[in-house]
Amino acid sequence: MKKTKMFLGLSLVAISGLILVAADHADAPAVTGNANDITDVYAFQGSNASNLVFVVNTQGLLSPTATNAATFNENVMTEINIDNNGDNVEDLVIQAIRRGSKMYFFGPVAPGTAGTSSTVKVGTPAGSVDISAYGSTAITSSNNGMTFFAGPRDDPFFFDLNRFKAILASPTPIGFNNPGTDSFAGTNVLATIVEVPKAMLGNSATINVWAETKQKQ
Amino acid sequence: MKTNNFKIIALSLVATAFFASCNNDDEETTQQVEFSGTYVQRDQMARPAINTVFIASGTPKDAFNTTTPSTMGAAYQSVFQSRLLALNPAYTTNALGQTAAQFTGLLATDVLGVAKTGTTTFFDGTNVLTGRALADDVIDTELLLIFGGTNGMANGNLTSDNVDANDKAFSATFPYLATAW
Repeated sequence: MKKTKMFLGLSLVAISGLILVAADHADAPAVTGNANDITDVYAFQGSNASNLVFVVNTQGLLSPTATNAATFNENVMTEINIDNNGDNVEDLVIQAIRRGSKMYFFGPVAPGTAGTSSTVKVGTPAGSVDISAYGSTAITSSNNGMTFFAGPRDDPFFFDLNRFKAILASPTPIGFNNPGTDSFAGTNVLATIVEVPKAMLGNSATINVWAETKQKQ
Repeated sequence: MKTNNFKIIALSLVATAFFASCNNDDEETTQQVEFSGTYVQRDQMARPAINTVFIASGTPKDAFNTTTPSTMGAAYQSVFQSRLLALNPAYTTNALGQTAAQFTGLLATDVLGVAKTGTTTFFDGTNVLTGRALADDVIDTELLLIFGGTNGMANGNLTSDNVDANDKAFSATFPYLATAW
């Protein structure tokens, strides 16, 4: 790409306190370094075009040596929220929460009460999967057309975070390096992955999706 | 708070009622599994890097993370617009033709639009915001829209981080993400 005039500089210095930490890795003090911290959310068509895949990654920047000890927390529920009428209020949720050596999944189901407070939708179990151990083959399970995984994976996110931080902090205008350096190379996350038939997600042509972690009170 | 002792009997009955033809792999669970209680939002995320780029560090980030998307637009559009214009004072419109108000109005409600037919991608040159696939270079897309001006050509050294792919290959089949390092 051609280098053109750069408008930044002082304005970037002025906001140099703004540190971007991955797609959403380690982004806020209340969740940084604990099981609530969502690093990334993905939603894409599965290898079976009748399905959508939802990926919610947590606990980012795990080194290989730290990954074996990283665990899902039984008091943290991961909730995939799906709005299928465009009002940004969830019409369906898919929930995942660990009990013992398994991740249990619920939904897709109407949340009952939308918003920031939830209960586990125990009346609508979707299935469960043994949590895959670090260094072992991925364990998956399928039930009623849905497929489940939970466990450590390579962080799929890629970004020259360190150069971006340098750009924000620089007193003189600078840009990215070419080639850049992936600040997330060689690091892992705890991934929760569910593949769902599109037919279970309502009748709309498009949906709005977001993920939440919710802490047991 | 009411206690729900979630017994395998209940699970099996419900599963049978809802999914007559399922291969029930939950039957190995013989213990009571307990799921009672109220769970309250601690983190929220849809589009990549939105909170981290547009919300100030510390308490404001926690506040954004505990906001439900339907109320984000009203609460955060002006915050996002101020941040956008601090990042790029020369911003007029982006390559999508969005003014600062339109662009930040979209971003402030942090949801990911996903198409149920066709290509699912953050941006692939043709489709815009129809999902997020693993290989999508989402950072370049966001940098381009923040810094690239009306035709994507402005600030050429800020519109790509020149990291275009992951450090491990993805799988074409479930669970799609690469094995851990």
